[in-house]
Amino acid sequence: MKPKFIVGGLVIVLALGYMIWAGVTQSAVYFVTPSELSAAPMDGKAYRLGGLVERGSLKWNPGTLDLTFSVSDGKTVVPVRHKGAPPDLFGEGRGAVVEGQWTREGYFKATQILAKHSEEYKAPHDTNEAQSRGLIKTLEKGAR
Amino acid sequence: MIPEAGTGALLVALVLALYGAVAAAVGGRRGRPALVESAQHAALGVFALLTAAVLLLIYAFLTFDFSVRYVANNTNLGTPFYYRITALWGALEGSIVLWAWLVSIYTLIVILRHRTSARQLYPWVLTVMLTVVAFFLVVMTMPAPVFSRMMPVPADGRGLNPLLEDSGMITHPVALYLGFTGFTVPFAFAVAALVTGRVGDFWITTTRRWTIVAWYFLSLGLLIGGWWSYHVLGWGGYWAWDPVENAAFMPWLTGTALLHSVMIQERRRMLRLWNLALVMLTFSLTLFGTFLTRSGVIASVHAFTQGSIGVFFLSFLALVVLVGLGLLAWRWDTLGAQGELDSVVSRESAFLLNNVLLVAATFTVFFGTVFPLLSEAVRDVKVSVGAPFFNQVNVPLFLSLIFLMGVGPLIAWRRASLENLRRNFLWPIVIGVTAAALFRLLGVRSILAVVTLALTVFVASTIGVDLVRATRARRAMGERALPALGGLLLRHNRRYGGFVVHLAILVVAVGVTGSQAWSVHTETTLKRGEQTELGGYRIRFDGLRESQESNHGKVTGTFTVVNGRAAGAVLEPAKKFYPQEQSPIAYVDYRLGLVDDIYLVLGDFARDGTSATVKFQVNRMVSWIWIGGLVLTLGTVLAVLPERRKAA
Repeated sequence: MKPKFIVGGLVIVLALGYMIWAGVTQSAVYFVTPSELSAAPMDGKAYRLGGLVERGSLKWNPGTLDLTFSVSDGKTVVPVRHKGAPPDLFGEGRGAVVEGQWTREGYFKATQILAKHSEEYKAPHDTNEAQSRGLIKTLEKGAR
Repeated sequence: MIPEAGTGALLVALVLALYGAVAAAVGGRRGRPALVESAQHAALGVFALLTAAVLLLIYAFLTFDFSVRYVANNTNLGTPFYYRITALWGALEGSIVLWAWLVSIYTLIVILRHRTSARQLYPWVLTVMLTVVAFFLVVMTMPAPVFSRMMPVPADGRGLNPLLEDSGMITHPVALYLGFTGFTVPFAFAVAALVTGRVGDFWITTTRRWTIVAWYFLSLGLLIGGWWSYHVLGWGGYWAWDPVENAAFMPWLTGTALLHSVMIQERRRMLRLWNLALVMLTFSLTLFGTFLTRSGVIASVHAFTQGSIGVFFLSFLALVVLVGLGLLAWRWDTLGAQGELDSVVSRESAFLLNNVLLVAATFTVFFGTVFPLLSEAVRDVKVSVGAPFFNQVNVPLFLSLIFLMGVGPLIAWRRASLENLRRNFLWPIVIGVTAAALFRLLGVRSILAVVTLALTVFVASTIGVDLVRATRARRAMGERALPALGGLLLRHNRRYGGFVVHLAILVVAVGVTGSQAWSVHTETTLKRGEQTELGGYRIRFDGLRESQESNHGKVTGTFTVVNGRAAGAVLEPAKKFYPQEQSPIAYVDYRLGLVDDIYLVLGDFARDGTSATVKFQVNRMVSWIWIGGLVLTLGTVLAVLPERRKAA
């Protein structure tokens, strides 16, 4: 092996390492529960917030496209604002993962609501508490 | 009866596969052709039994045999005919059956093609193929039994996931699995080469077409997956760097590297070790992908069923990697290169760099995909990296690869002279730079788009330069232009097939660049009769209507394009309400165009039909991606045709 190939290889490896490092630091998204978010909210940082959409909290204004709701993990409730129609699979009492940022004004500004689909799904009468517990578990998994 | 017959067939197939794998190995080792022949019969039996199992499962679907859990979970009485067949691979258990069946088909073709031509390697190839089939049969009998009964028998099934009721779902999984399983053949030959010590070029030349075919189906699977994502999921995108996509993309990247690196071995006797390792890596990545997506360690939009299956795949993956590394270590001293890299400015070095970049891209995709697992294990923080990470890291790599795509095929072997460089690259560089200036003048603002487009023009020009020169040479011998070109393509079909595939990649690259740079979207609520404008297109909301389909209800919005090239077109995005689903599912409507796609998703609506919220997108150049798929098909066909070089 001639030295110039070794040098070339090293340059490529170093460049790649740097690109990966820079990429990770710039585009990391942290998955948090409402409790974790309210414990140490940092504005401007990208979060994925997972929890249940609180019953009675969902407001949708088609005229202005304002969608507001609260996400809860049973302990803490975080208000969320979003621009756009509620996606499929989204609704009160259901799990949701919202991507966005914490704002200084005290609400979570969502850029995206992630709705997940499972390949096999429940029959309509299967809705019960066990399912919503399972849902939170799924959501946590979704964050990983 | 049917399910029991199916389970029985799978069990017998498992026994046969295991027997065949052992018999072929013993026969190969001791030089006993009778044993190899017996293994061959076992392989045929495995194929017949798996075919029977597939047919029985299809029969169960067609007759609505809800006593079979898999049938009950994936269809109901309203599922349309075609989707009752494709429901076969609508979920995990059936996918495994399909997978095993495809491997058994490939095994059959290997038997037909190579039983005499590759006499030394053949027994071991059979052993490896049958071992892989046996693994899937084990999965089918233990963690994912497809024929298991359901008690009590439900009156109706749950139905297929509505998102899978799409033509893309008929072809996408099949193409993808044909690609995944296709890499089993080169892998089997590589193992056979190592076991027998025949690590020369024979296994490479024998499996060249196999690799191309597997790679092609994998490409097709990825493209159809993108198409499905684009026209079903309603987000207007085709690629999300989702773990499942990445799982299929990684073997595609290493497979692409392999396609190129084998040429170096054929021509210059270099990279023996590298090629063997690359085949093993590619095959391992197909298993890893399945492990990743089916084990539930990483969730994705696909959110497949979880189960103990991950353990099985991880164990088999570990076995494959260990056996592979063991074999490489065992044959280490025979794997040295016979050729030498002479110069940095040479075709070898361009191909080598191509391989390094492709493997680097594979690593970044791998890293980004498992990063959440790493960070949770190491720092106990749940962090993921999304599309921005993958784009940021991979775009420079892919741009370099496109550049090399222009350099590699034309630069001289061993050491390129200044004359060679000038002859081949002067015009393409001039044209590429002019194109960059032109794009800039035409108002392309994104530097990235300018660079990418200029690079594709550069690469296309290198192909043009080559074609013009070769055609001229033939015309000088008295042929006319068109026959000269046609003869060229057919006589050197391998080289020009490669060029056409390169063109296909360029077309896809243009599509990706254009759609990223120029697509626009908006979301708005319209009253009946009201209009909205985006990207030069005005649409009018004309109203809503309700209807009842075979297995779902539907609310359809009517939108009319009132100006531009698509004027008068009526788009009808809808919301579908499946009784088994707790929330509606959006049904996208679109008008595809060579440049602009008009793309509508019904977001929400007033129950009285007076207003509707609609996502309105004008997606640009996306069609180029699908056209690229067609060009890719042409190029692949050209490349795998038998070579007719006698006159050359």
